[in-house]
Amino acid sequence: MEKKLTTPITDDQIKDLKIGDEVLITGYIFTARDAAHKLMVEAIQNNEELPFDIKNQIIYYVGPTPAKPNQVIGSCGPTSAYRMDKYSPYLMEKGLKVMIGKGDRTIEFNDVVKKYKGMYLLAIGGIGAKLSQCVVENELIAYPELQSEAIRKLKVIDFPAIVAIDCNGNSIY
Amino acid sequence: MYKVERKDVIENVKRMMLYSVQTLHKEVIDAFEKASDEENNPLAKSILDKILENHEIANSKDIPLCQDTGIVVCFLEIGRELVFDYDLEEAINVGVSQAYIDGYLRKSIVRHPLNRINTMDNTPAVIHHQFIPGNKLIIHIAPKGGGSENMSTLRMLSPSEGRDGVINFVLETIKNAGGRACPPLIVGVGIGGNFEKCAWLAKKAILRPLDDITENEIDRNLEIELMDKINKLDVGPMGLGGNTTCIGVKVNSYPCHIASLPVAVNLQCHSARKDEVILVGKEINNTNNR
Repeated sequence: MEKKLTTPITDDQIKDLKIGDEVLITGYIFTARDAAHKLMVEAIQNNEELPFDIKNQIIYYVGPTPAKPNQVIGSCGPTSAYRMDKYSPYLMEKGLKVMIGKGDRTIEFNDVVKKYKGMYLLAIGGIGAKLSQCVVENELIAYPELQSEAIRKLKVIDFPAIVAIDCNGNSIY
Repeated sequence: MYKVERKDVIENVKRMMLYSVQTLHKEVIDAFEKASDEENNPLAKSILDKILENHEIANSKDIPLCQDTGIVVCFLEIGRELVFDYDLEEAINVGVSQAYIDGYLRKSIVRHPLNRINTMDNTPAVIHHQFIPGNKLIIHIAPKGGGSENMSTLRMLSPSEGRDGVINFVLETIKNAGGRACPPLIVGVGIGGNFEKCAWLAKKAILRPLDDITENEIDRNLEIELMDKINKLDVGPMGLGGNTTCIGVKVNSYPCHIASLPVAVNLQCHSARKDEVILVGKEINNTNNR
């Protein structure tokens, strides 16, 4: 039985979630992958504002295909999470709560998730057509020059994911 | 002498790209259905079923199977009796460009690996050529995802490491890749040649049909043994365990130097997209033919 998660994410919502639990996310999530992470971390290091209020939010590691005229979004499955390990601690320090991606992360990252009482969720890779059916709104909010890597605010309903690192730093891998 | 028109190359490349990003070959679908029936791990079975459901949605709603619509790999088999009065590689790239722009596919290619500025139309493709007898042009294309490509490996083994060394290297590659390469995989193994030849062999291997049985007995036995050993690794769909880690292993080999044993392992994710077309050249009037 899947558990429901609604954004923004509170400590109460995730404190009892364990690795392997299946969740369904409803609310707003923000897309970012390698290039957007680099820019956000540079912004933090230069004491500049981030392009959105990151506190208690979810970042989804995805670079969707462009929406066709009759679509909200194109194919939008997760990209590999380990490439963001270098950047994520800076964002978690600013309040980022949950990350969605695919694959394992570096072992040291488990402690980062624990330190900030966050969570890493796994979405199934390569099923971007199916996952696109959960997205009802799609707004480009920052870094348009990054094309598919720009930051988008997506409204999702019952987006499926699996707990891969829980708030105590336990990992499914 | 024979000729294949430039516009036929462009149109066919575009058509194959648009088709392959949302349609898997039947043999791949059949393999996932069989795997789902035989899978003991409930999470693995659920992932396999979602992969199949994704294929139905992609097909019926005209959405790419995966957001990573890849770097285009193209193998050309060029009939020796064909003549070209145009740049064949340029024609391939025009087809790619039209498909990615008109088809709303993701543009994932950057001009230089270090300045990372997008080329905006997913060109250039990576194009390989081979000559074949006759008057046909065979074009194989594959939009190859970055995740599985990133976990692919190449190592120059010492000849003394032999067959066991090859097997261990393949298993190590797949274990290390875990969920990152989006298993269930098709595993392409190249052995022999030299540094670049074995990578080429491995890439060609992932494009072989799943039921293609190699004539070379050494390679054939290696394929059977690797398939069995890989599926006992418990990597499973998306790296979360199960007995479906790969649906095919293809080994290609080539003669090599007495000092060398090159091995390359190219991983194909479960979104095993590819297509091919055979274009028959039209005879062109030429007095030399009389």
